[in-house]
Order: sequence, then structure tokens, then C-alpha cells
Amino acid sequence: MTANLADPAVTPEELTRPSDGPPERSKARWRGPLTPKMFIVAGVAAAIGYLALVPLGYLVWGTFFDAEGLDLGSFERAYGDGRMGELWGNSLAFAGGSALLSITVGTTLAYLNVRTAVPFKALFFAASIVPLVIPGILYTVSWIFLASPEIGLLNAFFEPILGGAPFNIFTIWGMIWVEGLHSSPIVFLLMVAAFRSMDPSLEESALMSGATRLQALRKVTLPLVRPALLSSVLVILITSLESFEVPALLGLQNGIYVFTSRIYFVLRSYPQDLGAAGALAVSLLAVAVIGVAVSRLLAGKGSKTYQTVTGKGFRPRPMDLGKWKPVVGVGILFYFFVTVLGPLLVLLYAALLPYYQAPSWEALSSFTLDNFVQVVEMDSAARALRNSLILGLSAATIVMALMAVASWISIRSTIPGRGIVEQLSFVPLVIPGIVLGLSISFVYLRFPLPIYGTLLILLIAYCTKYMPYGMRYATTSMTQISSELEESAMVSGASWWTTFRRVLLPLLSPGITAGFIYILVVSFRELSSSILLYSPGNEVLSILIWEQFENGSFNVLAAIGVLMVVALMVMVTIAYKLGAKVGLRED
Amino acid sequence: MLRIHNLIKSFAGEKSRGKKKDEAGHSAVFAVNDVSFEVKEGELFTLLGPSGCGKTTTLRSIAGLEKPDSGTIAVGDRVMFSSTGSGRSVNLPANQRGLGMVFQSYAIWPHMTVFDNVAFPLQVRPRGQRPAKKEISERVERVLATMQLSEQSGRQATKLSGGQQQRLALARALVIEPPLLLLDEPLSNLDAKLRESLRYELKRLQRELGITSVYVTHDQVEALALSTQIAVMERGAVVQLGKPREVYEQPANKFVAEFIGTSNFIPGTVASQQAGRHCVETSNGTLFLESAHHMPVGSEVVVSIRPEAVELSTVSRGEQAANEWTGEVVARAFLGDAVDHVVSVGQHEVRARVNPSVSIESGTPVYLQLDPSKISLVPVN
Repeated sequence: MTANLADPAVTPEELTRPSDGPPERSKARWRGPLTPKMFIVAGVAAAIGYLALVPLGYLVWGTFFDAEGLDLGSFERAYGDGRMGELWGNSLAFAGGSALLSITVGTTLAYLNVRTAVPFKALFFAASIVPLVIPGILYTVSWIFLASPEIGLLNAFFEPILGGAPFNIFTIWGMIWVEGLHSSPIVFLLMVAAFRSMDPSLEESALMSGATRLQALRKVTLPLVRPALLSSVLVILITSLESFEVPALLGLQNGIYVFTSRIYFVLRSYPQDLGAAGALAVSLLAVAVIGVAVSRLLAGKGSKTYQTVTGKGFRPRPMDLGKWKPVVGVGILFYFFVTVLGPLLVLLYAALLPYYQAPSWEALSSFTLDNFVQVVEMDSAARALRNSLILGLSAATIVMALMAVASWISIRSTIPGRGIVEQLSFVPLVIPGIVLGLSISFVYLRFPLPIYGTLLILLIAYCTKYMPYGMRYATTSMTQISSELEESAMVSGASWWTTFRRVLLPLLSPGITAGFIYILVVSFRELSSSILLYSPGNEVLSILIWEQFENGSFNVLAAIGVLMVVALMVMVTIAYKLGAKVGLRED
Repeated sequence: MLRIHNLIKSFAGEKSRGKKKDEAGHSAVFAVNDVSFEVKEGELFTLLGPSGCGKTTTLRSIAGLEKPDSGTIAVGDRVMFSSTGSGRSVNLPANQRGLGMVFQSYAIWPHMTVFDNVAFPLQVRPRGQRPAKKEISERVERVLATMQLSEQSGRQATKLSGGQQQRLALARALVIEPPLLLLDEPLSNLDAKLRESLRYELKRLQRELGITSVYVTHDQVEALALSTQIAVMERGAVVQLGKPREVYEQPANKFVAEFIGTSNFIPGTVASQQAGRHCVETSNGTLFLESAHHMPVGSEVVVSIRPEAVELSTVSRGEQAANEWTGEVVARAFLGDAVDHVVSVGQHEVRARVNPSVSIESGTPVYLQLDPSKISLVPVN
């Protein structure tokens, strides 16, 4: 078992060997003295390789070896308590259940949005996206406010009717519910893209053939988007397996452990057992690697089999819902209320109360801004905000700068081994946040430089974590730029660096900006890596919320949450407007 | 067979966009504006016009994929759509109209084999009307044989060539033996060579099967070659309806004359008219011509002269010859099966397409002889 588990984790290590190759081989091709181009390219490649591989290397080494040599004791300690089956069972049930829920919800919403004339279209789109903007930790806390057996508003509401608290969020079902709803926007976005790229006449011709709506959906539409569906399933399976907030906040209370929360638990117990945590992390990593590999395989296969022959352009014509329109309308309002309005309102409600209680006249009359005042006056809040800003801005800047060059290497250059740079930049995608945090602490605990316990270690974690996203934004932009634009600059006599600066960067700027903002936004809610790497004084906003949760000061937490959601909404709106503006200029 | 009355379809919400686009100041809100026509049994009826003229919207309304604002659509004695303000309104959904349709993109389902694609319309019938498995496969094989696709039956539909895909789309549309076949620019995705051969193939099949068809295209050559009737559409309205030859030789207005083929347009005034024989004064001389438009004396008209209606000669037919102008060759181009000449006549330039045996050098004075039966009058709006 252990040997099996170890195998996939070694693969990234093997990648190091070929990556050593290119600079040597390409030297012969470049000849001549050391050019700035060579320095930049080699520097970027080295930085990416370092960020992607070193933590993994340390993790594997630290898990399998101790001072005396190969030692599998850590696995025994991690899995030896006879609860391994339960751990796997919970993890799979949690991931599978969340995937099922979010796929059902996300796909239905996407189909309704793209292919039918739904009522409240704008509201609908917002409802489908907003859960993505709300940080996972806040979303989870909101649901605790709503459906905890002790303090949940929903329970307080239904208890008199049903004679008992019907909802308990601190169960595997509660975890699935929150995680599933929170990930449904991811499915929604993936499926919206899939439905949009599908020629509507494929569906229309089914209708013309006499098929009913349902038959057309079952026999034509769904089979055609199956590749997208499959990859959504895998994406959600992996993100739920890697999810930390939901299992930690909802599962730890009743001892429902999944891999991520177990790793956290092991590290928080005394005596701290890095090896055992590592053993858990390696297993989780292995599962994630397999998941990603399978999804790649399926995606490749899918695109081959399902290449559809389409006409020139097609105008998507939304289908009339007919008599179903009111039903769908009510459904959308309900969904909007349950997934967006409810959690946000309860957060605001809690933020305005001196202590959490069910709504009543008394509660309403005790509304106060004290919590907000407390937040503003709190030293740690100002510090956390500053830290979050510093980290977000620096991580976004560093990642996008590196990835601009990396995307050139992988798409434009003829440097041998260029593909490896791209692959390396995507490695962190399979590393769960908590595993990344653990790996990085493995590295810098053993590192002579005083990085551990500073903001720098968080910055390294953020850069690693968001490298794949930056790369995706940069490569997408890069492929859209005709290579002739670059070649004509070269022919005009510009050096590589001048060409890059004067021609490529300006053309890449929309994609780079979009990537920058994306990283800024997501780094604000990063919790799973930060939680293992922060030290007092270096808290970020999400950690501050986590600390409030642990201290049981829910109302202050809610106030921070409200401020954070407002700030994120503003940021996302600016990003959206900016994106639209940049997009217009592109035209 | 197919009757369409006062069909109107406007796109709400596209108002401002439509208005902005239209430079002439016309409101382009109506995609289809009061269109009426009738298609007889066995005809191939073509809706011809530039993009955005409403031809596809008309076709999709017949199919039931688009809901018109008002009007009537009936196939045989079945009313498919009716909303006239008074009486009960009818709107059969597309899947209950039982029509065949070939889409521009063919819309061949890539996840099914050739056989499955064709069998689909039979398989999705309501349980009571669904033919037995054996009958389905017989009917599919039969229609595949007609389309010469029998050998491809088990193949993945996406592996077919462009021409085969077109035949597959046709087979799928015809397998239910629909009373009416709708074709939405079915040849526009193919390259020029294939398009031409498939055009005849399509015509042959349509005539052989005798299936009433409505064909949408923006390609005038295709329309002329295939149709029994052509409706030329502009800005949502039918501007001319007639046989291909009528539309070509007697265009109802300048738009039709310009859209179908190339033409020389010379303005003039009607000097005399008797039973369709007009005498038109132009700045280049008098023209005698026959036209179905009976224009009163003194009215301003435009004379449309097809390039192939002009004959060039270096010798005059004589002082008093009718319909003879003088001019000078400005340019010529050898096209293989003809020679194009540009001749300057007065302040006009006239294009003449003549037999390759006639080729006259630039700068040569020539006589242009215009066949009175091949030139037409276009009323000035």
C-alpha cells in the first residue's frame, strides 16, 4: 500500500532531470556571449522549477526518510489507529456528494442561462456567480449561523413547527451541502462555456426531427457536453478533496475527518508529528495527481471524438420556456435566496447584534454598530488587512511577471524543453493548499535562511499556489497574439528584450491585468496554506476570521466578514469593468 | 401546399441597434415585415436576399424555431401558426410540425453514427406512433441508399466528407417523409467546385422525390439554377416573386437587378409606350425595349442592360439602326468562356460580355448593339 501511494508523488521529482537539460543543450544553439534574453529565460525557468518542485521534494523526503534513512513509521502513525477506512470513506463521500450536488445545480443553471429565455437573467447570473466571490470560510460560517443545531436561524424557525431542530450543519450532509453550493459556480462557468460553444442547431435539428425537449436534452445536448461534464466532475472532486474550510469548520466539531482536516488536526495536536501529517499529505497528493491525470486523459480523448462540425457563426437563440417560465422563475428566486441572499443577510444580521440570537423585536432593537467599531479599533485587523494587501499585490505582480515570460517560453520560443516550463507551472494545481503549506514549512524549517515565521514564507506559498492561474491567463493571451507582430519587431531591428517590452507586453496587458486581479482576489481568501505558515503578527484577513471563529467571537467575525465581502465585491466589480474596457479596446 | 400570410416578426430589444446600423434611416426593427407567399406542391421555392433580409427568420418561423408576432403559416390544411388578432391563435411547437430541415451547419450529431443520425427522427416518435425496430432500420437503409450513403451507415458521422455530410443531413430530414423540406443555405459551407456539383445533385433529388421545398440562400446563381419560384427579399419584405427567368430578365427594381447578376444601369425618360413596347430617351441615344412594367410617357426610368445583352462590333448596322450606340473600348479581360469589355459611352461606362471570338483592343471605337428583348426597364422608386 505505502509503496503504491508513493509512486505518483515521485513523478514530479523525475521532472527535475529533464528540466536540467535545456539550458545546456540550448547553449549550443544560442552560441555567443550571455545575452539578457538568456538570463531572463533561465531565471524564470529556474524560479518556476524551484517553486514547483522544491516543496514537493522536501515533503516526500521528510515523509519517507528520517535521520537514519528510509522510515515508513510515519505512515504507521498516520494510518495505524484503525480509522483509515473511516477517513477514506468520509473523504470520498464528501468529495463525491459535493460533486454530485454542484454538478446538478451548476449544469441546470448553465443550461437555463445559455439555452433558454429565463426570467430575471441578470439576477440569475449574479446568483450563479456570487458564491464564488464569497470566501469559503465566510460562506461556511454563514451556514453555521443558519443551520447549526444550537444557534441556527432555520432551526429556530422550524423548531416550533416540527418539534425539533431539523437541520444539523455539523454532519457529512451539511458539509456536502455547503461545499456543493459553494463550488456550483465553478461547474456553472465550465458548463456555460460548453453550452455556448455548442451549435444550437444540433439541438434544433433534434426538435425538427420530432423529439420532445426532454428527448433532445437527453439524447443530443447532454451527450454532446459530456466531456465538459466529466471534466467538471473531476475538477469538483479534486477541489472538494482539497477543500479545507468546510471540513475544518463543520467536521472537526463532531470528529468527521477528511484528509485536509486530519492533516490540520495532526499538526495541531501535541506532540506535533510532521511525518504523520506528511504521510497523509502524500496520499492526498497522490489522489489529486491521479484525478488530474484522468481528467487530462478524458479531456484529450473528448476533444478528439466530439469535434463538431459547425457552420460559420451561429446566433444562440434562447428557447422559450412556455408554461414552465413561472416555475423556473420561482426556482431561480428561491435559489438566489438560499445561496446568496440568505448567507449574506445572516452575516450582516450577526454583525449587527451584540450576541447571536434568533430574530425577534428584542433582537432587532438591539442592533448596534459596536462590532464594526471593535473591528476598526482592533490592532490585529489593521495589521491583517495590511498583510493581506501586501501579499496579494506582491504575489499578483511576481506571478504575472514570471508568467508573462514563461508563456513566451512555452508558446513562442524554440528552446528545447520549453514544454516542461509550462508543465512545471501547472504542478501546484494538484497540490492541495494544506499540503502546500505543509511542504513549504518542511522546506523552511530546515532552511538556514530566516524565512520561517515571516511574511516572506506566505508570499512564497501564494506565488506557488497561484502560478498555474497566472500561467493560464498569460498563455491564453499569448496564443492570441500573432507571432508575426513579434517577428516584424525583430525584423525592424529590435532586440529580444525590447520586442518583449514594447510589443508583447502591451499586447499581453489585458490578459496580464485580468490575471493580476484574479490573483489579488483569490489571495484575499487564502486560508488552507496560510493556516500552517502564519505566525503571530503575520496574520492575514482569512486567518483573522479563523481566529475569531476559534475564540467564539462570532459577531466580530461577522463584522469582518461583511467588510471583506463588500471589499471583494468592489474589487470584482472594478475587475469586471476594467475587463470589459480592456476587451472593448481590443476590438 | 405552404401558405404564408402577412407574416411579421420583430426583434424586441434590438431596436436601438437596428436603427443605428441602418444608414438609410429606415427602421430595421422588423426582421420579417408582412411577408406573404404560397408554395405549390412539388415546387422548390427560394427565399433569396442579402444577409439580414429576413429570409432565414422566415424559414425558421416556418420550422417553428422562431415565433412570429403575427400572421399565418399553413402546410397543406394544417395550420402551423396563426395569430391574426382575431380568433384562436395557434403555434405548433417545432417538434410537432413534422417538417424536414437541413441546417446551414448540417447539425449532424457528432456522437452518433450515420445510421443513428438518420434513425433518430423515427426513434423519438411518441410510443404509439413509433415504428418497430425492424421497420426503422429498413426505412433508414432505404433513405441512406437513396442518398448513396449505405456504405457509410456504421461510420461515425463526423468522419464523412462535406458532400456526404450534406447528404446525411438530407437523409435525416427526409426519413420521416415530411410534406415540406426546409433548407437553410445548405451549400454555403462547401467549396466552390463541390457546391456546383451538389447543386445539380440537390435539384435532381428534389425533382425525383417531388418534395416541396423552401430553400434559403444569398447566392443568386444557386437560386437561379435550382428554383421553380424565387422570392427576392430586402429588409424583411418580398420585393419580387417570380420564376428565375422573370426575376433575372425583368427585375422589379434596381435592388433586384443589382443583386441578381451584374447589370449596366442607364437613366432615361419614357418617350413613348405602346402595349409594353417602350421608347426611352437616354443621354446616349434612344432605346427601344419591351417591358412588363407599363411606364407612362414622361416617367423617369432606369434601363438595366445585362453585359451579355450587349454585342460589340466595329461596323455599324447602318445610320438608322435601332438600339445602336457608339463608344470606345476602355479595357478588356479574357475570362475563358467569354471576353469582358468595358466600353465608354458618353459619360457612362458599359460592361459587355461577348463571345471569346470577339476581342477588341482598348482604344478602338465600337458599336454597341443592344437586343431589345434582353434589356429591361426598372422603375425608379
